[in-house]
This record gives sequence, C-alpha cells and structure tokens, in this order.
Amino acid sequence: MSASGTNSKNKYSILLPTYNEVENLPIIIYLIVKYMSKSGYDHEIIVIDDGSPDGTLEAAKQLQNIYGKDKIVLRPREKKLGLGTAYIHGIQHATGNFIVIMDADLSHHPKAIADFIKKQQEKDYDVVSGTRYIGGGGVYGWDFKRKLVSRGANFLTQLLLRPGASDLTGSFRLYKKDVLETLIKSCVSKGYVFQMEMIIRARQLNYTIGEVPITFVDRLYGESKLGGTEIIQFVRALLYLFATT
Amino acid sequence: MTKLQEWMSGLGIIFAIWMYLITSRSHNEFVQNHYDLILYSPITCVFIFGLYALSVVLYRVYTFNDCEQAAVELAEEIQEAKENLAKLGFKFKETAK
Repeated sequence: MSASGTNSKNKYSILLPTYNEVENLPIIIYLIVKYMSKSGYDHEIIVIDDGSPDGTLEAAKQLQNIYGKDKIVLRPREKKLGLGTAYIHGIQHATGNFIVIMDADLSHHPKAIADFIKKQQEKDYDVVSGTRYIGGGGVYGWDFKRKLVSRGANFLTQLLLRPGASDLTGSFRLYKKDVLETLIKSCVSKGYVFQMEMIIRARQLNYTIGEVPITFVDRLYGESKLGGTEIIQFVRALLYLFATT
Repeated sequence: MTKLQEWMSGLGIIFAIWMYLITSRSHNEFVQNHYDLILYSPITCVFIFGLYALSVVLYRVYTFNDCEQAAVELAEEIQEAKENLAKLGFKFKETAK
C-alpha cells in the first residue's frame, strides 16, 4: 500500500529523544525505516541526543551515513535537559507537518505509526494517542504489582480529570506540528508526567484526540523505572491538574 | 470551572440535600421512618464506591493484555535488524555475538 492523492503532501517527522540508547537506537531506526517505507508515508527521523556518554551519537552518525542526511537528522544537545525542550529543539528543524513522538528503547513498535496516521486521517484529529488500555492494546513484562499501580493510577486519573483519552502516561503519539508547539508552551510539568499534562491541556484547548491500541514491550535492554519518586511525581501532577484545569 | 470546583459543587449540593433531610425529621414522615438509613447514607455510599473502584481496578488488572506475541516478534526483528544493519556496514559497539 502506498500513500496517494492528498496524503502525498503530508510528511511525518519522528522525534527520538535519546540518552544512553546505543544498543536500541540502530534497531529502532532500522524498524522505523522498514515500516515507514513499507507503508509509503514520507518521513524523517530526528534524533535528539542529550550528550549520552555511551556513544549513542556516534551510532546515530553511522546510521545517518547509511540512510542519508534527509532521512536521519541529528539535533544533539550538550547535556540532559527536559523532555519538553527536547521536543521543541527537535521540532525547530522538522520539515514535516506532523510530528510523531515515541521512546527509543523499543517499548514502542514503529509498525503502529501507520495505524496512527490512518486514525488521524479518519477525522482529521489534532492528536492521536497510543493506548495500552483498550482494544488489542497491552503490555509485556509487567508483574501484578506494576499492573495494579498502572490500573489504579489510571482509574483515579479518569475519575478526577475525565481527560477524554484512556492512556495518559503513554508517550507514543502523533501530533499536528502547530498543535504540539502550542501544547508544549502551555505545559509546566517535567519528567514523565509531562505526557499526562499534554493530553489534559489538549482537552482544555478543545483539540480532538483519536486513540489507537498499542502493545508496550517493557525494556528488553536496560532498566525499567517505577519507584517511589515516580509515584509521588504522578500524584503531585494529578492534584495540580485537578485544581487548575 | 476547574475539576476541583466541579467536584466541590457536586459534593456541596449532595451535602445540602443530606443536611436538609436529617434536619427535617419532625415534619417529614419518610425521613422519620428511614432516619438511620439517611443519616448513615454518606458512609454507605463511600463504602459502595470503594467496592466498585476496587472491583473495577482488579478486573482491569486481571484482563490487562499480556503481549507475549509482540515480545517474540520484537526479539526476532531485533535479530533481523542486527543482521541487515551489519550488511549495510553498521558497526555495533559491542562485539558481534
């Protein structure tokens, strides 16, 4: 299947913020190129590496030599700065009118991007969010406790914020470029709760949100994080958004 | 209106109705006959909601999809990616296994 007609004007810029992803980056880029070429959508991959000491940037340069400078764009930064600023930094040189954000650690599979694009075109959605909680979506590698925390937090969020989207803390999404810029400017939180605020602000600004079920395969390499700090961050963000939006 | 204000308004209205009912005991026969039920209804409601929340969350934990197949496919594709990237001249940091 290939893109045609009105679709051919659309370009999708895929943002990959990285920090110590030397093992995962080549794989994720290979898979993005494989699946995007198969579905025929015009695309570019923007790697925003925050000064990884493990050589992620060198790996990215090799990949740029293989796939070309028009396909792989490097936007490195000196050191680790917030996720929101990473997206802003990446968007500045994005040539696409749509932005896809995803994790580079292989927990998000690039084959879902084509589903996001089809969903976006159905009703011209401003945002399409991947969801682990409905339809064929799900997770791999989570034990009972992890699932309980995830479902409990999600239940509480749905109850208090009624966000109009089933997965708030996921970070696999497609945005219209100008919508993403507006959303980032209106967000105040840092860290992973930033993703939750983005969806809440989207609802507040009356943007339309579509959802696509995704499978989330928890880090095959490296460590997955869910500790006390994350939970406290989450509760604080939840209460803040509850009182202010 | 923020979500907090919405909740406060909703709870405020319910509280006002409840207050009215428990203080109108003398001139309302229905309240007189069911006084204890009405007096303890907020506690009952919180308890029932707690049970509802607990069962919904546990049901969703139990029915959370385990994507075994996705993990198997990913492992295969990682292998495929490593082989093909090596053919394209990519040098992995680690020595090839």
